[in-house]
Amino acid sequence: MQPVLLILTHPNLQQSKVNRHLIQQAKSLDFVTIHDLCEVYPDGIIDIESEQRLLAKYDNIVFQHPFYWYSAPSLLKEWFDLVLQYNYAYGPNGNELKGKNWLSVITTGGGQMAYCETGHNRFTMAQLLTPFDQTAHLCQMNFLTPFIIHGTRKLFEDKSRLIQTSQSYVDALTKLSLGAEPKAEPEKEKEKEVHHNPENHPANKEA
Amino acid sequence: MEHNLLADAVTYLFAAVVSVPIAKRLGLGSVLGYLVAGVLIGPFVLSLVSDPKDVMHFAEFGVVMMLFLIGLELKPSLLWRLRVPILGSGGLQVFLSSLFIGAIGLFFGLPWQQALAIGMILSLSSTAIALQSLQEKGQMKSTAGQSSFAVLLFQDIAVIPMLAILPLLVASDSLGLPVDAEGLHGWKKGLVAGGIIAAIVLGGRFLMNPIFSFIAKSQLREVFTATALLLVISVALAMQSIGLSPALGTFLAGVVLAESDYRHELESNIEPFKGLLLGLFFITVGASIDFNILSANPYLIVFMTLGLIIIKYLILQFIGRFTPMAKADRFTFAFVLSQAGEFAFVLFAFALGINLLPQELISKLTLVVALSMLLTPLMLIMNDKYVQPRFRNQTAQPEADAISEENKVIIIGFGRFGQAVGRLLAANKITTTILDHDASQIDMVRRYGYKVYFGEGERHELLHAAGADEAEVIVVAVDEPERSLRIIKTIQTHFPHVKILARAINRPHATELLKAGVTAIERETLAGGLELGAKVMQQLGWRYNNAWRASRLFKKHDEDMVQQMVDQMTSSKADEKLFINQSLAARDLIRKTLEEDQHWEHEVDEHAWERPGTFKKGTQTKETFTKDAPSLSKIVDEPTKKGTRSKSQATTETDDLDDSRSKNKHQMD
Repeated sequence: MQPVLLILTHPNLQQSKVNRHLIQQAKSLDFVTIHDLCEVYPDGIIDIESEQRLLAKYDNIVFQHPFYWYSAPSLLKEWFDLVLQYNYAYGPNGNELKGKNWLSVITTGGGQMAYCETGHNRFTMAQLLTPFDQTAHLCQMNFLTPFIIHGTRKLFEDKSRLIQTSQSYVDALTKLSLGAEPKAEPEKEKEKEVHHNPENHPANKEA
Repeated sequence: MEHNLLADAVTYLFAAVVSVPIAKRLGLGSVLGYLVAGVLIGPFVLSLVSDPKDVMHFAEFGVVMMLFLIGLELKPSLLWRLRVPILGSGGLQVFLSSLFIGAIGLFFGLPWQQALAIGMILSLSSTAIALQSLQEKGQMKSTAGQSSFAVLLFQDIAVIPMLAILPLLVASDSLGLPVDAEGLHGWKKGLVAGGIIAAIVLGGRFLMNPIFSFIAKSQLREVFTATALLLVISVALAMQSIGLSPALGTFLAGVVLAESDYRHELESNIEPFKGLLLGLFFITVGASIDFNILSANPYLIVFMTLGLIIIKYLILQFIGRFTPMAKADRFTFAFVLSQAGEFAFVLFAFALGINLLPQELISKLTLVVALSMLLTPLMLIMNDKYVQPRFRNQTAQPEADAISEENKVIIIGFGRFGQAVGRLLAANKITTTILDHDASQIDMVRRYGYKVYFGEGERHELLHAAGADEAEVIVVAVDEPERSLRIIKTIQTHFPHVKILARAINRPHATELLKAGVTAIERETLAGGLELGAKVMQQLGWRYNNAWRASRLFKKHDEDMVQQMVDQMTSSKADEKLFINQSLAARDLIRKTLEEDQHWEHEVDEHAWERPGTFKKGTQTKETFTKDAPSLSKIVDEPTKKGTRSKSQATTETDDLDDSRSKNKHQMD
């Protein structure tokens, strides 16, 4: 088992039953370290050096956050802006994150049907997540199939779906820790294919 | 054997000091410890004390004080909420117990007057034993505790009509002499009683606060204690003079003063007296057990004692069914109240005086009362060990909050700093209990609707009274470092579960606090100074967000340094000197701080909106720059470039250094 760093960004965790539930599950896994950005940096003043020191210890990074305005909450964006620096994460000497795995765990309020060309969000999750995909790419990280949980507004009441979701969440983290996710280049290509095909999108397998 | 006051005091104290800790260790509770100590020093074992009855009479005042303290914890509004259990459960308990015990008396051939008198007298439970046991187990605020308390309170009230009824029983008895209603006529007596109660209520409400405030300003603790004792004893005396229960009177005074600002201070002043007197009372109960009577009629006495306990227990269980108590609580409730109480001693003496009951019967019944009191702690142990575990699972969920209204946060010291903390919490609907030792400060803040109590905070009795047992967080916001550390020591010793968040006066104090292991600290001037520093930078043309970030990172850097100092101090023995010579330590700290600040680097990068604000040790900083410098290809536009800043810009913000220096000056001298 490899250790997993779970970078959690949820500005309103107190109100999110689903995220609290999932984090509770993650806490019970001893290979997962949870780094709660909103708790560590309440004023948004991120300590770059300590973040980089932390990243150095892990090969598997999970970014868990709600989907705000088709992107991450602002604190995580700030984290990207500050921590993923030139000649650290990218650039001629920026190899510090090379080869690490990047798994996005994203919760959305709307149902999965909204995220397709005919839905009211007009784009698939894969399309909307291209900035993350490209960020990982520039940092020479492996952007793994994102784990997307749709329809969280109603999820907590639907007990069977909740149990199923949290089980596959735990499975995804365990799989990441076991190194089961493909790292090699060709596999990655395949992964991307999956991304751009809404029918095969893993998010659609959810629920 | 010659007995004088001091010799007796030594005997009693020695007995308590030896037996109570042993009893506590064995898990038997202090009450049983005292009772057994009493038996041991009493006339039938070691015979160290001659006449425990006199001392008992004196020690009964402990019960009076106990009710005063209970009153202090019960605001009138809470008391009003308890009216149903008091009248319902309490009334039913006294009525049914009197009836059944009386019926048994009749069955054994006593005249009905005597049977009824015995029924009434034995229906009362022991306030002292019940409440002491509940408090020791921390169950006063539980459902069972509250219900038991309601019944006990009714019993205390019921003593008054009983004192009135007993003489009537003699009067209607053909043998008895017609009793002269002592002195005053009924209605006159009522008027005087009403007047005294009104005086207690009005005096407590309007007179005591200014008086306490005046006395508190004298800053003499013993005078305050004297005032508190004077208050309790005079109320008791006033009530006694009109033939009412002194315990009830002081309880009333307590309730009236429950809303006073000096409530906690009063509590902590009376508490030790109550504890000692109550302990003394239990010892004398133990010592007064007459083993001659017991050995003369062992079966009869044992039968009577067990019979009494069983009847009272069954009636209490029956009453419990009509209350919202959980089943487990009903057992505690019934066990804790199933003995006869200290009022029985008083009432038996009274009944003897008016020729209602014969001496021989009374001495047997007195023995029964004492034995039932002795058995109560044992029954409670049985309850804890064998009865309660059966209900563990069922009672796990509800855990009714009862009427506890203690706050989760206590703020000690309500000066400028404590006020800021308190106001933030209040604005977010988090209520706090506030302690301050400056009486004039209290008056001022109180005008704005804050509930501030007078008290010093170093005394654990006061903290206990302020609800430290239930608090989650204590904020220590006093403005003297030594006092702050003393308070923290007290909290850590007596309330290890509480999180301590402390105001640090200066850098040496901050290191001391961290060494003491508090949960979090905040230095009183650092944040404000750095925020103003950021505004200075803004005025010099910096974007405010950059300045703000610089100021925040600097704060973190500074806090890290304090933490490092602490780690060094605690890890290496070489630095032991620093502890011994405080002033040298402080000066060394300032020197190190200024030195560290020389190496503070904070640069804007071309590629992100900021380079890491790192704090390099020594001269390594240059290296880090050259590493990045040659390969600057622009990827992200840097919106504001202030150009290169020299290191010196950040060196002047050493906030509380001046402060700590000046404060430590006299230490150096």
